[in-house]
Amino acid sequence: MIHANKLTKVFGKITAVEELDLDVAEGEVFGFLGPNGAGKTTTVRMLTCLIGPTRGTAMVAGYKIGQQDIEIRRRVGVLTEAPGMYDNLTAENNLHIYAKLYEVKDVKGQVDKYLKMLGLYERRMDAAGTFSKGMKQKLAIARALLHEPWVLFLDEPTAGLDPEASHLVREFIEELKKEGRTIFLCTHNLDEADRLCDRIGVFKSRLLVVDTPANLRTSTFGRKVVFHLVRADENLSTTLKKFEFVKNVKIVENKLIVTLDNPSAQNPEIIRALVQSGADIQFVGELRHSLEDVYLQLVKQG
Amino acid sequence: MDKIRTIVWKEWAEVFKNRMVIFTVAFLPLIMTAIPLGIIFGTRDIAGSSAGNNSASGLPTEMTQSMCPSGLSGSDCLQVFLVSEFMMLFMLVPVAIPVTIAAYSIVGEKTTRSLEPLLATPITTVELLIGKCLAAVIPAILATYTAFGIFALGSWIIVKNKTLLLALLDARWLIAIFLVGPLLAIMAVAFAVMISSRVNDPRVAEQVSMVVIVPVLAGFFGQIAGLFVLNKLIISIVAVVMLLLDALLLFLATRIFQREHILTRWK
Repeated sequence: MIHANKLTKVFGKITAVEELDLDVAEGEVFGFLGPNGAGKTTTVRMLTCLIGPTRGTAMVAGYKIGQQDIEIRRRVGVLTEAPGMYDNLTAENNLHIYAKLYEVKDVKGQVDKYLKMLGLYERRMDAAGTFSKGMKQKLAIARALLHEPWVLFLDEPTAGLDPEASHLVREFIEELKKEGRTIFLCTHNLDEADRLCDRIGVFKSRLLVVDTPANLRTSTFGRKVVFHLVRADENLSTTLKKFEFVKNVKIVENKLIVTLDNPSAQNPEIIRALVQSGADIQFVGELRHSLEDVYLQLVKQG
Repeated sequence: MDKIRTIVWKEWAEVFKNRMVIFTVAFLPLIMTAIPLGIIFGTRDIAGSSAGNNSASGLPTEMTQSMCPSGLSGSDCLQVFLVSEFMMLFMLVPVAIPVTIAAYSIVGEKTTRSLEPLLATPITTVELLIGKCLAAVIPAILATYTAFGIFALGSWIIVKNKTLLLALLDARWLIAIFLVGPLLAIMAVAFAVMISSRVNDPRVAEQVSMVVIVPVLAGFFGQIAGLFVLNKLIISIVAVVMLLLDALLLFLATRIFQREHILTRWK
């Protein structure tokens, strides 16, 4: 659904996006993570034909950016960083305008559908300027969906929202995911990305890595198994280090933290060795790194 | 066409909730109508004296020939001259109104950050600019025509002398109102769009766009200083020049209004 080939954007002496190669499949929720100023918004703007690339090409919804921009705009929905609603107009009129601009056939039907879906129908006759930040954001999401886009670009959908509003917006994105929509999600919220995205790309002017959240954890930190013992000592550590497949062993209090390639296959052997060495195992679990750890590590390296 | 209509409707729905715009659209035409009507009303008693003697007005022959038909008294002719002086000021209406609306509609889009989602829709730059231009030009033209209608009606009520009435509302006024007025409005909008597209600060865009009223004021003061007389020929030449200027400015406005530049340069 999205294919970028060496997509580059240069502003004067600053390279905002450098040779971005990217593929997002139909129905996939792709998380685009990166620090402020990394070029995420510039990438979204290029893929939604708001600005042109300096070099490289991209296809969105089967159309080429820079050559079939109107066709692409017909098929993508964009939630921009700021909701950018017309504050003096009612919620209904705001959506009505965009439905017409997006060439929606059943304007009233679509406007009502999304106002209801996002819980704004009762407030449809109120000016958008009277809405809370969360309601404005929901209205902006409704605006992006009016024409049933093939691809939805969400740029920081929960930025600046209180936890309740963020939760509502996230729930709605989950609904869209269930519907099989292709979503390109720019976010700083790593928990949000972890929960919603099928794959994640970590970006800092160039794409540092792309993978599923689980694989990112593994590839960045390896898989670590924690053996909780009654008493851990150096002898047990030495015993485990004799195994070729054990990459690292660390003792933290009475825990052995063992880095492995394939815990499900290698754990039984390790447990046997520990028991034979006289260890009393209380329980075993996998150490799960947060996506935040992964992200910080990758950005630091990048 | 549907998208252009949507943009015009949207602009009006937004813009006419702004008090400054309403004030400009309503108040300026009223003032510009009241002044010449006040002159006609204030000088009605001296009109009619010295019948058939244009030279009694004390005006240069060039002026009396271009403004006063035979049969008008010198004081009638002076009245025609005084009212004519305000024709240039009347022309501020089709300039100031669209500049205010256009500056608000384009600059306002950016300040409320609504331009980006708008540009993300499948609307073309030309459709967007036509919509925005029409939204600014139509109220300006309607306000100008309405103000002129009130002026004509007021003149008809106040002035009893038919020859004087026809002299007050002669072809110069008609060309100015019905031809030069719309052309001025288009020029003002095209200029406002160009300025809004190039500057980084919305406040600068609004202020610089107002520069467009300077030529009109220059014309007013030039006429008062006696540098030229606005006769039919000069107004017709102005209309032709305006037509060419409008075509050039509209062309430049569409070239200069670059989505990328506006999105990335505006702060």
